[in-house]
Amino acid sequence: MAVKEFTEPQPAVAASAPVAPDEEPAIHIRIEASKGWVSLKLRELWEYRELLYFLTWRDIKVRYKQTVLGAAWAIIQPFFTMVVFSLFFGKLAKIPSDGIPYPIFSYAALVPWTFFARGLGQASNSLVSGSKLIKKVYFPRLAMPIATVLGGVVDFALAFVVLLGMMLAYRIMPTVNVFWLPLFLLLALITSLGVSLWLSAMNVQFRDVRYTVPFITQFWMFATPIAYPSSLIKDPLLRTVYAINPMVGVIEGFRWALLGTDTAPGRIIIVSSLAALVILISGAFYFRRMERTFADVV
Amino acid sequence: MSGIAIRVENLSKQYYIGRLQKKYETLRDTLTDALVAPFRRAGKLLRGQATGAAELDEAIWALKDVSFEVKRGEVVGIIGRNGAGKSTLLKILSRITEPTSGFADIYGRVGSLLEVGTGFHQELTGRENIYLNGAILGMKRVEIDRKLDEIVAFSEVEKFIDTPVKHYSSGMQMRLAFAVAAHLEPEILLVDEVLAVGDARFQRKCLGKMEEVGKAGRTVLFVSHSMPAITRLCERVILLDEGRIVADGPAHQAVSVYMSSGLGTTAAREWPDPDKAPGGEIARLRVVRVCQEDGKVADAVDIRQPVTVEMGYEVLREGYVLLPHFHFFNEAGIHVFAALDQDPNWRRRPRPAGYYVSRTWIPGNLLAEGTMFVTPAMTTLDPNLPQFYERDAVAFQTFDTLDGDSARGDWSKHLGGVIRPLLSWDTEFEPNGYGPGNDHGR
Repeated sequence: MAVKEFTEPQPAVAASAPVAPDEEPAIHIRIEASKGWVSLKLRELWEYRELLYFLTWRDIKVRYKQTVLGAAWAIIQPFFTMVVFSLFFGKLAKIPSDGIPYPIFSYAALVPWTFFARGLGQASNSLVSGSKLIKKVYFPRLAMPIATVLGGVVDFALAFVVLLGMMLAYRIMPTVNVFWLPLFLLLALITSLGVSLWLSAMNVQFRDVRYTVPFITQFWMFATPIAYPSSLIKDPLLRTVYAINPMVGVIEGFRWALLGTDTAPGRIIIVSSLAALVILISGAFYFRRMERTFADVV
Repeated sequence: MSGIAIRVENLSKQYYIGRLQKKYETLRDTLTDALVAPFRRAGKLLRGQATGAAELDEAIWALKDVSFEVKRGEVVGIIGRNGAGKSTLLKILSRITEPTSGFADIYGRVGSLLEVGTGFHQELTGRENIYLNGAILGMKRVEIDRKLDEIVAFSEVEKFIDTPVKHYSSGMQMRLAFAVAAHLEPEILLVDEVLAVGDARFQRKCLGKMEEVGKAGRTVLFVSHSMPAITRLCERVILLDEGRIVADGPAHQAVSVYMSSGLGTTAAREWPDPDKAPGGEIARLRVVRVCQEDGKVADAVDIRQPVTVEMGYEVLREGYVLLPHFHFFNEAGIHVFAALDQDPNWRRRPRPAGYYVSRTWIPGNLLAEGTMFVTPAMTTLDPNLPQFYERDAVAFQTFDTLDGDSARGDWSKHLGGVIRPLLSWDTEFEPNGYGPGNDHGR
């Protein structure tokens, strides 16, 4: 939407005051067709931060309504995946786990992975499921996938508490590097959002995307060191290429910060962060380019 | 730019509607297209050309070169029949969709009520939905905090404000939704047909609120099918037809142009050019008419008199059993009933090519007062191939002269109901009777 703001937008409180008829309006917007690549309009997104907050709050609030187990679902999925992994990969296949007990080795990876995969699954469908809103009200469309991914942070927190419990049970103390953890969570969030921006914008045009997402997450999981340690890949050049998958950086970061695996993930994390930023920025521009027709075709 | 709230210049909007039915001559063409189309679409998708499944086949101009100015504090009505471009105009002004060409300048904060209740979440309580809906409509949190009590009072659902809205009746949801919307305080308010909600009493309350908004010096653009509401609220009215401005002037003037030009409640419509007539490969609609008993086209009929509805159509391919039918919708968009062809002469009989007129009669004393929109439609039977479905092609008003011999009898005040059949009644009277379950009197 090519809407140029010629003057400073009104501050939040002033805008809500009743308007006197002879007062000069502070806002002038021009509505016209936009062409090609357009700006991200992050400032406008910032002005709509309250909507972003309410959309996130709604997602969290209604997520487990009318379910028997409620928020326990946030834990069940990663936890039972961990059980299955430990049985088949840990016990039977005897996959190495960098000297850490296999259950906690895999669970520490499954917690951020579940956050990523769920965010991706829901956010890539967010525009289609919110199509009524898109057709009837104007707001920066970026708010929808962002709110959906942010809503997953609560699930992450619940699953993370279980992780802490397991660490206690296995008597593993987190390292000092644990302070880096929020950064790795942010990296997972950026990756999830970046991919979702691409996929949600495409999903508006063609619903094929909805059927593709389960495949993508499945393949992506195998390309990420969740069931196996990244130390299986020895060649340093190959490791760098491997880290282009941003989730490699996230998982390595989590294990390094929490469990103290000695995989020296510095370079991996830098490469992964760069890759994640490229995905996010390109995704945001692609999204904005497609945005102008969302209301017409969704 | 003192004094001007909205300036619209040469605003146009094109929609792609896609092909109705593709003509494939051979199986090879069908297969080739099935193989090639996905790649063509994927290519467009990656280049950022958005077309959806419609592709770039057929385009219509929903708006074409529309220009006007609205001064600050003006309340302007926009009228026109369905598909005239009214909603498209509001969608562009509220930034939901982009124009194809031209531009609009807007001076001031815009609030739009394009459909009340959008964004209501069924699992959340009334109170939570007020916040969510308010935020979606562009209200700040402090603003909602301040107006919460007022909104709740206006909606008349105080008792259930902490109940999830899924337990509300649809009327309660509408009232709550309008209450939120009515407390929006933008400088420019865009309103699309919100008054078609709730019961008559609540509608009047909404109208009153809208009037208040207009008097408070705010600019209002108001789309409606309800001429009484338009003339009551707006001093100026813009009449649109087929995406263009037909009239722009004082309310009563534009409304009378609308009513008399046959643009409004057209009781007859023709498609003189067969190529532009709605229809498929088997049948094409050419004319639809609403007539009185004497055969004259009439857009207003006495509630006591029968109404004739007819469609003329061309059958291009012989050998199909056809089912002409009409759908009737009232002002609130309720599908009141459908009438399917019952003519025994053509039932289950394949029709030769040629021109046909199918006609049906709605008996007097059946419809309620108000506007009835008629949708002529055609399909073949075995196989079921829809040919046309021309939504709201014609419309007519039913009025009651209050002579006392309609279903109203001597009641002259508000009377609801989707239909209004004149039923026969009788009364039993026992001077000393007590009613059922009480046998002393017997």
